[in-house]
Amino acid sequence: MAALEEEFTLSTVPLGAGPNGLLGVEQSDKTDQFLVTHGGRTVILYKVSDQKPLGSWSVKQGQIITCPAVCNFQTGEFIVVHDNKVLRIWNTENVNLDKVFKATLSAEIYRIHSIQGTEPLVLFKEGAVRGLEALLAEPQQKIETVVSDDEVIKWTKVFMVFRHPVLIFITEKHGNHFAYIQTFSSRTLSKYTLFHGQEEKSVIQNFTASVDRKFISLMSLSSDGCVYETLIPIHPRDPDENQRVVRSLLLKTVVAGNAPSGVALTVLDQDHVAVLGPPLPASKECLSIWNTKFQTLQTSRELPQGTSGQLWYFGENLFMLHGKFLTVIPYKCEVSSLAGALGKLKHSQDPGTHTVPHFVNWETSRGYGFGSQNSEQSKRILRRRKIEVNVPPPAFEQLLSTIKKDSEKDIEVELCKFLAVKRTPDFHAIVGDIVLELLGRHTTEPSFYPRNSLMQLIQTHVLSYSLCPGLMEAALEKTDVQMLQLCLQQFPDIPESITCACLKIFLSISDDSLQETEINMESVSDCSDPVQEKMDEQTEILQNGFNADEQNCDSCDRKLNQKPQDAAEETTSCPVVPKRAALLRNAILHSAYSEMFLLPHLKDIPAQHVTLFLQYLYFLYLKCSENATMTLPGLHPPTLNQIMDWICLLLDANFTVVVMIPEAKRLLLSLYKFVKSQICICSELNKIEVSFRELQKLNQEKNNRELYSIEVLELF
Amino acid sequence: MGEFKVHRVRFFNYVPSGIRCVAYNNQSNRLAVSRTDGTVEIYNLSANYFQEKFFPGHESRATEALCWAKGQRLFSGGLNGEIIEYDLQALNIKYAMDAFGGPIWSMAVSPCGSQLLVGCEDGSVKLFQITPDKIQFERNFDRQKRSAVHKMLVDRQYMGVSKRKCIIWGVAFLSDGTVISVDSAGKVQFWDSATGTLVKNHLIANADVQSIAVSDQEDSFVVGTAEGTVFHFQLVSVTSNSSEKQWVRTKPFQHHTHDVRAVAHSPTALISGGTDTHLVIRPLMEKVEVKNYDAALRKITFPHRRLISCSKKRHLLLFQFAHHLELWRLGSTVATGKNGDTLPLSKDADHLLHLKTKGPENIICSCISPCGSWIAYSTTSRFFLYRLNYEHDNISLQRVSKMPAFLRSALQILFSEDSTKLFVASNQGSLHIIRLLEGSFKHLHTFQPQSGTVESMCLLAVSPDGNWLAASGTSAGVHVYNIKHLKLHCTVPAYNFPVTALAIAPSTNNLVIAHSDQQVFEYSIPDKQYTEWSRTIQKQGFHYLWLQRDTPITHISFHPKRPMHILLHDAYMFCIIDKSLPLPNDKTLLYNPLPPTNESDVIRRRTAHAFKISKIYKPLLFMDLLDERTLVAVERPLDDIIAQLPPPIKKKKFGT
Repeated sequence: MAALEEEFTLSTVPLGAGPNGLLGVEQSDKTDQFLVTHGGRTVILYKVSDQKPLGSWSVKQGQIITCPAVCNFQTGEFIVVHDNKVLRIWNTENVNLDKVFKATLSAEIYRIHSIQGTEPLVLFKEGAVRGLEALLAEPQQKIETVVSDDEVIKWTKVFMVFRHPVLIFITEKHGNHFAYIQTFSSRTLSKYTLFHGQEEKSVIQNFTASVDRKFISLMSLSSDGCVYETLIPIHPRDPDENQRVVRSLLLKTVVAGNAPSGVALTVLDQDHVAVLGPPLPASKECLSIWNTKFQTLQTSRELPQGTSGQLWYFGENLFMLHGKFLTVIPYKCEVSSLAGALGKLKHSQDPGTHTVPHFVNWETSRGYGFGSQNSEQSKRILRRRKIEVNVPPPAFEQLLSTIKKDSEKDIEVELCKFLAVKRTPDFHAIVGDIVLELLGRHTTEPSFYPRNSLMQLIQTHVLSYSLCPGLMEAALEKTDVQMLQLCLQQFPDIPESITCACLKIFLSISDDSLQETEINMESVSDCSDPVQEKMDEQTEILQNGFNADEQNCDSCDRKLNQKPQDAAEETTSCPVVPKRAALLRNAILHSAYSEMFLLPHLKDIPAQHVTLFLQYLYFLYLKCSENATMTLPGLHPPTLNQIMDWICLLLDANFTVVVMIPEAKRLLLSLYKFVKSQICICSELNKIEVSFRELQKLNQEKNNRELYSIEVLELF
Repeated sequence: MGEFKVHRVRFFNYVPSGIRCVAYNNQSNRLAVSRTDGTVEIYNLSANYFQEKFFPGHESRATEALCWAKGQRLFSGGLNGEIIEYDLQALNIKYAMDAFGGPIWSMAVSPCGSQLLVGCEDGSVKLFQITPDKIQFERNFDRQKRSAVHKMLVDRQYMGVSKRKCIIWGVAFLSDGTVISVDSAGKVQFWDSATGTLVKNHLIANADVQSIAVSDQEDSFVVGTAEGTVFHFQLVSVTSNSSEKQWVRTKPFQHHTHDVRAVAHSPTALISGGTDTHLVIRPLMEKVEVKNYDAALRKITFPHRRLISCSKKRHLLLFQFAHHLELWRLGSTVATGKNGDTLPLSKDADHLLHLKTKGPENIICSCISPCGSWIAYSTTSRFFLYRLNYEHDNISLQRVSKMPAFLRSALQILFSEDSTKLFVASNQGSLHIIRLLEGSFKHLHTFQPQSGTVESMCLLAVSPDGNWLAASGTSAGVHVYNIKHLKLHCTVPAYNFPVTALAIAPSTNNLVIAHSDQQVFEYSIPDKQYTEWSRTIQKQGFHYLWLQRDTPITHISFHPKRPMHILLHDAYMFCIIDKSLPLPNDKTLLYNPLPPTNESDVIRRRTAHAFKISKIYKPLLFMDLLDERTLVAVERPLDDIIAQLPPPIKKKKFGT
């Protein structure tokens, strides 16, 4: 929740507004220390927590500071510009600004930006930008003109995006505004015309901006008192083209329209902005914090002595001129909750605190008008919410009792209510208990099978096999493949015997009954399309680039080659229907297992099912080898290793059976050939490894410099 | 800053011995490491992992077991069958006692620290009572066959090795009755000692698992394998809310290329060492409270003392090995060049001398005089002094006989700048001064240690004018002696961290002291106070990158013509401190290898600071100025050391 703390005055020297007032407040390289540039001649370094100045520097009589002093975060030095063109660089040890490093530039400077992580950037009035070091290396270098005649820079800011600075500046020409984005990673300058939308007559009075990964969110405070937001892409699609960006209303009437004195706006964080200005035409000036997400006023502070329309925000402090003194108001924003936001609304309506004129009903969408009736409405909402909160959530016991006697429909309804409540730390245990309760009723009452509720509970992602031991057994009993698939995907700790039982069901269930079930077909269709490819290519992939004819010309090769047509069919079409493929691929292959425990169960699978599964695995392998990365298409595909492990496991468990089945013969032959070629490759690779090592040794010897040399070293 | 011709020497064929045992002492946070040549080193883990003490090795005394007992006493046992206790103050062996059981393979201290158990080659386990100044044999547990497990319970902790088909390389006995064994089949097994049954089995390697160490809390342990991998096992809860706990293999680390022969478990780190000679200290991130530089991995390869001395006048380098010395003459060139050039040699370096020690003891220290005509070295029991004569290209060596009886063993030897005096720090804390004459010597004086201290001096420095001698031990302050008046001049206040290098500057007689926490002090001997520059840098503090270096400064020297310069080096950098330039702050770039031609003069002017660092030569074992424009740098590339180690276990990359 955003809150403003007690304000305090920083400077004891009275300041005037306008050109002789405050020029700027900037961070120094030490936390809690800030550089305050007074219009005219002085720069003061303040330690804010101590409320005292640490140092003060002035330029000579007759010179005038034209740009706020900044700190170079890389060197800890301070930089200031006087008389538009003269740079001064100094550090805390220097006393007299006259005697410090000076560089006179060839063009007039608008601002110097300095932020952590990059060198200071100098923005010239003509729109050109230079890094400080490059500028100091050649101070008299020619500075190009970027903006057109009569175009004046109104506002500028710099951000770090992916560790590169991005500079934005806004110009005005004949009442039109343009935004320029200068990126330093790609050295592009893009120009945008700010399109005002329907409110043509309003004049933009102040800007602020924040940045996320792709967009700069430019907020502007218009003379009608509303805050508008404009999203400007950091990396434009076509940097050369002059693009238009449209602004949209973000907050309505945060300050009084056509406020006489200055108004100011600054972004505090993702959701909060600070606005300086009178909230009502007649009222005194106020500093208010608004939440842009909920469009609510978070807090506000009256500034009876008036301000200058300048507002800076660094770290946790807001700086502004209150009367004639520089004032600091610490700002804190804790993580806000909905309840907190509402509570604040209520609080702000307490009688007596008249400072806050409006609040926004966040339930109505943005841009809707709001008036007096809104407050009533939201009061009502508030009351209703409060009542709801007071009602205890459907207790767990209540749900359990519902489970004991009510119908499946009622249970579903109660369950929905229960799941909607915020999760407690022991949520997983409670969900486990609910499942056990449901299963308990299922065992006593076999017709009761609350499928939907169970599915819903599984999808909470908190269950594991050990939390609800009977669940998968019940699903197996009911041959509920959809539920089994879900369990296999969600549970991390399924025993191998259950995995194997699922596999048996997946292999044995008839195609017709499969068609009736709803199965998550995620990315199976991509790879079950028959691919028309020529046989020659297939065998080549099969052998991983080895020419079988020369070395491995044995009977099985020849046999395979004699029936190219069959082999091609075998390798390119999926041996199982897509739904079964989905079950096998997305559930079984991903499951965790330990070979030792899985093997005995695999032995129980009937031979023709083993063959079918092997064929499917082999098909997946061929799919894998179609691309260079050896992966399957789609989301979460099984890896090649998983496929290979399953082939090995199946063969280990059932080899004696499979080898006797005539249908499996061709499959085994191709697997045999595949293994043989793999062994071949490995032995070749091992040979190559040895020769590589020799080469490496030779290379090392070459790189190894001699044991003794005399070299020249210069130290800088 | 200056241009130098650098003699870049890579022919120092030094190979550290492999690590055989490590033992961690929790009370003093010290680590004892024994190497295959019998050397025992003590590392102070609180003082930036500085190797503060060492006991030289002995050919017949291969250490097989090492352990700490109550009161920070260190014991070792080895293949000669002797139990040795080390005197950590005087840095010598307190006594050696034969256990009469053949070679000792293992050793353990009872949890209370008052009894010592050794396992011997003949299969017996012997129990010794640790008395305040010795150990006393108490009883013998006879040779056992398979039932030995139950006898081992007597003292709750036992590390044993027995030869069977599958060799158990190590066991640990936990207070809950679990026995953990590691064996040559690559298994880590958990046994129930009450029933003698196997509880759990982890197959972690295809090769031997050679070492195991358990933490004091018995909630984690570490094992090392012959494949160079170190595995961390932790006792974790089975589920979040149950009290049932399970040993789980949590983290593998591969910091070694060869056998990990020894592991230790400190409260915050896993420590391992092995055949590849590196000592690796891997902090456990979950145990480290502050994520500062102490949380970084440490790999210690080279000793933290000098093995090289140099004769500037004759351009000679003396290399110290375990059992011999090598004398080399540097080559020369007439060519000149610019930064980075390698100059053509007009004369190559010569190997002049190979001096083998007599006897089985390792060399402790050695030195060549600046004029190049004297060489001195010492082993644990003998001191040797040689006179070298140069006639054209011939060199003759003459041993100075009849060394006095008090010159038996030296921890540090130093010659005066004019080579007329020899300073010897003996292991009783005394410093001897000997005048050298043509072919003979005369004992001038002995500075006795202050009453009550027995701490030995390990570092010596003499001023170039020959008036002052500075000596430092491992913990107390640096003593400065006046050689003219033969009395103690002053003592530099003691500092929390041990001294790693000392030197006295010419003309100013400022003593420069480097400590293991990377602080450098400058102390004016005539004024008996720290110099203004030293105060300034202490006030401002060193650059954070300077403080984060992880090897100590091992040598300091000075430029003969530029009194403002201090040259110092560690294993990975060499630095010239120019005291006339401003000190760097944390914002400044400390190490700037780029020549200034790339940048404008403005930046260079604004960023110049006192520390001129070069990282070209590494690992750097020695660096010194030969004359104003010539440096000598001795490097020992790690690849050259690896090339001399036995090949590691070959792992097949392809196929199974």
